[in-house]
Amino acid sequence: MTLAATMVAQHIAFGVIAAIVIGGALMVVTTSNVVRAALYLVAVLAGVGASFLLLGAEFVGITQILVYIGAIVVLFLFGIMLTRAPIGRELQMTSKSWVSGVFVGVALAGVLGYTLVDFYGSEKLPANTRQLTADVSDSIFSTYLVPFEVVSVLLLAALVGAIVLARKD
Amino acid sequence: MLINEFLLLAAALFAIGVYGVLARRNGVMVLMSIELILNAVNINLVAFGALHQSVVGQVFALFVITVAAAEVGVGLAIVLLLYRNRASIDLDEVDAMRG
Repeated sequence: MTLAATMVAQHIAFGVIAAIVIGGALMVVTTSNVVRAALYLVAVLAGVGASFLLLGAEFVGITQILVYIGAIVVLFLFGIMLTRAPIGRELQMTSKSWVSGVFVGVALAGVLGYTLVDFYGSEKLPANTRQLTADVSDSIFSTYLVPFEVVSVLLLAALVGAIVLARKD
Repeated sequence: MLINEFLLLAAALFAIGVYGVLARRNGVMVLMSIELILNAVNINLVAFGALHQSVVGQVFALFVITVAAAEVGVGLAIVLLLYRNRASIDLDEVDAMRG
């Protein structure tokens, strides 16, 4: 494939991914069905994983699919089940402060969007952004070894804490 | 590809997540909105890593994914405890610390 054809393909792929991510995210925060919100969350997470692949970050993309869709969404479904949230429609899903929520969200998007367009304008990514998984792992297990170990202990502590909190005495 | 395409996508995702945190009443739904925010940050990290041809962005994105997993575990345990104590996960009713 020529370079120009690749560029067009990348733009089309990005458009599809962006539409899935934004549409899914809007459904996650507006739908009145809790289980359906979890399923829209799967679409958003898959779209974000696809955008990682588009950026050439294979390992992060695959980890996104494995950890988020494989584990975290299942955890959410268990949470929904255990708290006996109504499976069907719930009448009042948004709180009284939703108007200020809309205001804050729109203002944040406006400020962030304006700043990004103003600062980065039409700066291009390098043509080849692919990075080898071997380089990522080299970096984790040499330069970032201590943060890696700290994060492991954090995960252990959090999971032990979650069990202690949630078990019945 | 422009760097701004990814950054604007992340900004929109972040703003939607903030709206969800502020507007949702169900505790589990608030945690889902927090996941949207963390994902927006990850897109930014990976995009800047690609812009600067550096693996550091990916390394940090992996750390953020780990911390997000820990956060969901503890968050759902807290929501479960809330449900057990009050038989409801409506966050509008959890106002014992209101001034």
